[in-house]
Amino acid sequence: MDFRNGQELLELCEKKQMTISQVMKEREITCGTLTDKEIMEKLKTVLSIMKAAVNEPLTHPKKSNGGLIGGEAKKVSDFGNTSRSICGSLLNKAISYSMAVLEVNASMGLIVAAPTAGSSGVIPGVLLALQEEKLYSDELLYDALLNASAIGYLLMRNASVSGAEAGCQAEVGAASAMAASAVVEMMGGTPQMCLQAASIAISNLLGMVCDPIAGLVEAPCQARNSIGAANAITCAELALAGVTHPIPFDEMSDAMLRVGKSIPFELRETAMGGCAGTPTGCSLGCGMCS
Amino acid sequence: MNFLSIFDVIGPNMIGPSSSHTAGACSMALMARRLCKEPICKVVFTLYGSFAKTYHGHGTDRALLGGILGFGTDDARIRDAFELAKEFGVEYEFVIDEKTITDHPNTADIAMTGVNGYELTVRGESIGGGKIKIVRIGNIDVEFTGEYSTLIIKQNDTPGIVAHISQCLSNQNVNIAFMRLFREDKGATAYTVVESDELIPESILAEIKRNPNVHEIMLVQV
Repeated sequence: MDFRNGQELLELCEKKQMTISQVMKEREITCGTLTDKEIMEKLKTVLSIMKAAVNEPLTHPKKSNGGLIGGEAKKVSDFGNTSRSICGSLLNKAISYSMAVLEVNASMGLIVAAPTAGSSGVIPGVLLALQEEKLYSDELLYDALLNASAIGYLLMRNASVSGAEAGCQAEVGAASAMAASAVVEMMGGTPQMCLQAASIAISNLLGMVCDPIAGLVEAPCQARNSIGAANAITCAELALAGVTHPIPFDEMSDAMLRVGKSIPFELRETAMGGCAGTPTGCSLGCGMCS
Repeated sequence: MNFLSIFDVIGPNMIGPSSSHTAGACSMALMARRLCKEPICKVVFTLYGSFAKTYHGHGTDRALLGGILGFGTDDARIRDAFELAKEFGVEYEFVIDEKTITDHPNTADIAMTGVNGYELTVRGESIGGGKIKIVRIGNIDVEFTGEYSTLIIKQNDTPGIVAHISQCLSNQNVNIAFMRLFREDKGATAYTVVESDELIPESILAEIKRNPNVHEIMLVQV
C-alpha cells in the first residue's frame, strides 16, 4: 500500500477509514522492510533523542562549534516565566525547545534530522511543548511522528527538503508543514484538515531563502526554527477551526519546488547572499565569496 | 526511485550540525572503511566543492575521520575523532582542493593505507539528507549507495565473466536488485557492482574468486 501524492493519501485514508499516521505505518510495513515492532522501537529512539536535545541546552547551555549561537533557548525559556512574556506557555515552550535542538545540533550533539539537521528543531519543539501542556502520552507522539513523516515523505518525493536545492522554505518550511499536520491529527482533526494545515504552513514560508552566516547551520537557522514552530501551531489552529486554503497540498508542494528552483544560487545554502552576504555576515568568517 | 522510509524522513539520528556535511561525510567514510580489506593505518582526505569551503565549521573533518574509525552517524565519539585517531593508531591528513570541479558539490576522495600496505582510494558524494553515493574506486567511475547489500568485483574486462558472476549468484539463490558494469577501458580493469535486497552469503566470495579473471571482491552487507 503506497501513495504518491496528497490526493492518493486522502483517498487511502477515506477508503480504509484510517488516519494519516495509520496509513504511513501500513505503507512502511507493506512496502518497506520493517515490522510494526521495529517501527515502534525506532520511534521510541527518535523520541528519546528529541527529548534529550530539547532539555540539555535549557540546563547546560553551551556555545556552538562556529560560535554564533549558544544559550538563546534558555534565555527565551527563562523569559517565558516572567510577567513580560507575551507568547503564553505553549508558544514559549515550542519556540524555546525548537531553538534548543538547534543549539545541540550546532555543538555537534545528537539530534534527529527531521527532515534535515538545519530544520531539526521544529517538530520536537512543537510536539514536546504540546505534550507537556496537554499531558499527552508518548504513544500519541509516536502517531504524530508517523503523520509528520507522511507529509515529509511527499515533500521529499515530489518537491524537495534541501536548502541547497530549494532554499530554507524546503527545510524549515517542510518541517513546519509536517509539524502542523501532526498537531492537527493529535488534536482529532481529519486527514483533510491535516493537509490543509500543511498547505497553509508551506504558503506562509514560501520563498524563504537559505543564507547561513559563515556557511554554518547556526544563524539565521536557529531563529527560523522558532518561526517554523510558531507557524506550525498557528496553521494547525487555523485548520482545526475550519479555515481552508484555496490551494490543495499537492499544488502547494509543486509551487514550493518551482519557487525553490527560481531562487538565485546565492540564496540557496551557498552563504553568498541574504544574511550571510551582508558586510557583518561576511566579517563573521564567511570565506565563501572571497 | 528508492523506497523512502519513515526514518529517511524523520532521520537519520545524527551528530550535528549538517545532514549532508556531517552525517553524509561520516557515512561515506564508513563505507570506504568497509571496502578496505585491511585495518587502516593512514588516511588522506581530499575535500572538494562545498566540503573544501565549509568543512571545519560543519565538523566534516571530524565526521570523515569518525567514519574511518568505524563510528556511525549517531556516535558522539565523532566530536573527539582527532584525539581518538591517535588512540586507534590512524594517521590522517586533510587536503583542500578548491580548484578541481567535481560532479557534486559535496565530494571527498578517501585514500586509505592498510596495516600491511594495501592501498585503496574511494570517492564519495554526500547527496543530501545524509544519503551518499560511492562514485569512484581507484581510478574507475562506479556508482552505488550502500543502501542495499552490495558486492563489488574487480575483474578483467573479458568475455564470460559477467555470466560467471550471475551464475554464482543464481547458485546461491541471490536475487539481484541492480547489476552494473563499470570499466576503465575495453579489455582493461572493470568493476561489477551487484546490489541485492537480501544478505549476500559470504560463501559466494570463494566461488566467484575461482575465475582467474577476478582480482578482488568486496562485500558490504546492510
